[in-house]
Amino acid sequence: MRSLVSDCGSGESAPLLEWTIASDVREIDAIVLAVTGLCESAGFPRKACRLNVPVALTEAIANAIERGNGGDASRVVRVTARIDDAGLCVEITDEGTGFDLAAARGVCDEEDWTEREDGRGVFLMQALMDQVESHCEQGHTLRLVLRRS
Amino acid sequence: MAFAIERDEDLLTVAVEGQLVVGNRQEFKQLVLDEVEQGARRVLVDFANGGYIDSSGLGALVSLNKRIREQGGQLRLAGLNEDLRTLFELTRLDTLFHLYEARSDALVGF
Repeated sequence: MRSLVSDCGSGESAPLLEWTIASDVREIDAIVLAVTGLCESAGFPRKACRLNVPVALTEAIANAIERGNGGDASRVVRVTARIDDAGLCVEITDEGTGFDLAAARGVCDEEDWTEREDGRGVFLMQALMDQVESHCEQGHTLRLVLRRS
Repeated sequence: MAFAIERDEDLLTVAVEGQLVVGNRQEFKQLVLDEVEQGARRVLVDFANGGYIDSSGLGALVSLNKRIREQGGQLRLAGLNEDLRTLFELTRLDTLFHLYEARSDALVGF
């Protein structure tokens, strides 16, 4: 079996869903609905379709819109999603310069964890996905991977 | 995504229909804050017909919980399905909120 991660976004092994959206959080729902639908059709467990994928993907796209692109509607976010035998791989690319995943990840042990309004997005993505990677090359790309098993 | 509200004296019940996420958290938060401003002190949010919640939705609940407590009131959450329970446990917010199986359970002693 070929590596899911190396295949991600390569356009070779499985049908690729692709969107380019303006930086507007109202654009998120349609993409999440399409990707979770893809997961359901591909036989992913119910919990993955109702919790892991929609929450992590919403976090990633919202992060790209609000932080990566600074909410500037003239900047775009590109999302690609692919499912193969290994699992789901989604890439979210914004026009920003990226961020340090480790530094952005809040931890439950922090003193104000249960009192703060923000700062749980990266934590949730990492808790709900098998793999979260960040890299910069013509914008910043966040890659989410959820394996089938 | 919509919110159905009921008001009975200082009791406010908000039924979340669909997701509570980055796209509607401000609407949700403002709706509840307006009611708290007008005297609501017991606030029940019912997720029986709800979908998933993202970190923005969780953040809105955390913020409202703080505001309601400051006003001497209490926020209770009901109707969380297994997935939403998992989300609250993952983020340890199950230790912050009063969580109930059903709306009727949340109303006992409220």
